Amino acid sequence: MAITVSRPKLNWRERAYLPAILSGMAITIKHFRNMLFGRTKVTMQYPEEKWDNQMPEHYRGAPALVRDDTGRVRCVACQLCEFICPPRAIKIIPGEFAAGDRFAKVEKFPQEFDIDMIRCIYCGLCEEVCPEQAIYLRKDYAITGFTRADMVHNKEKLLEIGGVMHGVVLKWNEKK
Amino acid sequence: MDYFYLTTSLVKIVALLAVVLGIMNYTVYAERRISALIQDRLGPNRVGPFGLFQPIADAAKFLLKEDFTPGHVNKFYYWLAPCLAMIPAITTLAVVPFGSSLFGVPMVIADINVGVLFVFAIASLGVYGIVIAGWSSNSKYPFLGGVRSSSQMISYELSLGLAVIPVFLLIGQLRLTEVVSYQIEHGWMIAPFVGDWTNLRKWLLAIPMLISFVVFTIAIFAETNRLPFDLPEAETELVGGYHTEYGSMKFGLFFLGEYVAMITGSAIIVTLFLGGWHFPGIPDGSQGWSWGLVNIFVFFSKVAVLLFVFIWVRWTLPRFRYDQLMRLGWVFFFEIALVNIFIAAIILAYFPA
Ligand code: SF4
Ligand code: SF4
Repeated sequence: MAITVSRPKLNWRERAYLPAILSGMAITIKHFRNMLFGRTKVTMQYPEEKWDNQMPEHYRGAPALVRDDTGRVRCVACQLCEFICPPRAIKIIPGEFAAGDRFAKVEKFPQEFDIDMIRCIYCGLCEEVCPEQAIYLRKDYAITGFTRADMVHNKEKLLEIGGVMHGVVLKWNEKK
Repeated sequence: MDYFYLTTSLVKIVALLAVVLGIMNYTVYAERRISALIQDRLGPNRVGPFGLFQPIADAAKFLLKEDFTPGHVNKFYYWLAPCLAMIPAITTLAVVPFGSSLFGVPMVIADINVGVLFVFAIASLGVYGIVIAGWSSNSKYPFLGGVRSSSQMISYELSLGLAVIPVFLLIGQLRLTEVVSYQIEHGWMIAPFVGDWTNLRKWLLAIPMLISFVVFTIAIFAETNRLPFDLPEAETELVGGYHTEYGSMKFGLFFLGEYVAMITGSAIIVTLFLGGWHFPGIPDGSQGWSWGLVNIFVFFSKVAVLLFVFIWVRWTLPRFRYDQLMRLGWVFFFEIALVNIFIAAIILAYFPA
């Protein structure tokens, strides 16, 4: 069904274009003036100004591994995160603790733990799936590098970003 | 051989070219900054203080890009078109008096007696650059751009020519230096009554002059392919219009040609309607060379103000639809300019000086 859109009847002033054009120009010059004298402030000058202190609690930045109070890497190389990761950004090579080791009860630890930050989509599924609360999404967002290899975070880098996480998981504690 | 004349002309040509190319680069910068401010953005502000070296970075980028010629184009015309877009715009400046005089040398490169006719003749060659670019690219978007451009230019050239006739009816001379000296004696063309408030003839003459000024300015907008008349480029409809197939410095020539055309257009509007290099209270170059420099400065300041208006309008108005554009050109501006000539003629006949 055809719909006829009724057009408004314009009076001569509106049809003469020029008054409308001039009022439009008045609007744009007002914006120009307000910007020129710094009365409008909409742009954040990014590298100089940052919003880091106003980042929300739930912000999802770069994923990182954490250590526990005893300095042990919390990850037990269960590889759940490797499997859940949608873009397959995580690569883990597990290793086993030697028989007499202090953490022998834990059985496994990651020998290598790489996250390819070119692939990572910051979805947070790794954090959610981890049974050991060993991987967390931190608030780092400016992940840069000159080569593809630069963009792969290895275990050291991940631990450096992650730092130490206190509390929560205690099931590998000797006393238990 | 008059060696004095030759050397001074050569110096003037080089100096004017340098100044105009400098202004052109900074017009591009100004366009980007002003458009940004109008849209509540900041624009390029990183290269140098306030981004003032941005034009240099732009030029370096243009020059260093690969100069690629697509396989399906007509090579000769494809190479010719960018030059044709740039050269007429610059050539027109030769007859525009951009200052009074310096050390007794008149500040105009060629003071020819057909002045404004020369301007129209050369400026309309600019359309060939666009049309040839459209044809030789051998691709449909540039072709449509070229077709649009040719019809638009022809339509608006008409009102452009008709709009200035009242000015020359009044002055009786086509020489642009005469136009300026007339305005110094009798007041600027758009406001001849200033300083002579009780003169009825000047008040009456201001009416056709104002109409001429508006029609001429709008026609210059159309001639330079600026919004709201940028149908030959029309990024949203025609990809890039006539220069879709161009890259690197060849595209740069089209792009900068548009800005040079803007500068030339503004210079002509200033000369015809806004008193050229004259500003009330400032003596001309015969009073000392410093005044000569001030006159040149005044001229380019007026041009700069007009350039600002050009940019301001571009970032305010949307593009016309093609039929609206044609209707506006043929049904309104053509008629208005025509009637305006009669108004001016009648006033001149019944109120002789
Ligand atoms: S945040 Fe998502 S994409 Fe990134 S490593 Fe974790 S699971 Fe993979
Ligand atoms: S899910 Fe947790 S414990 Fe398992 S491999 Fe990933 S980080 Fe390590």
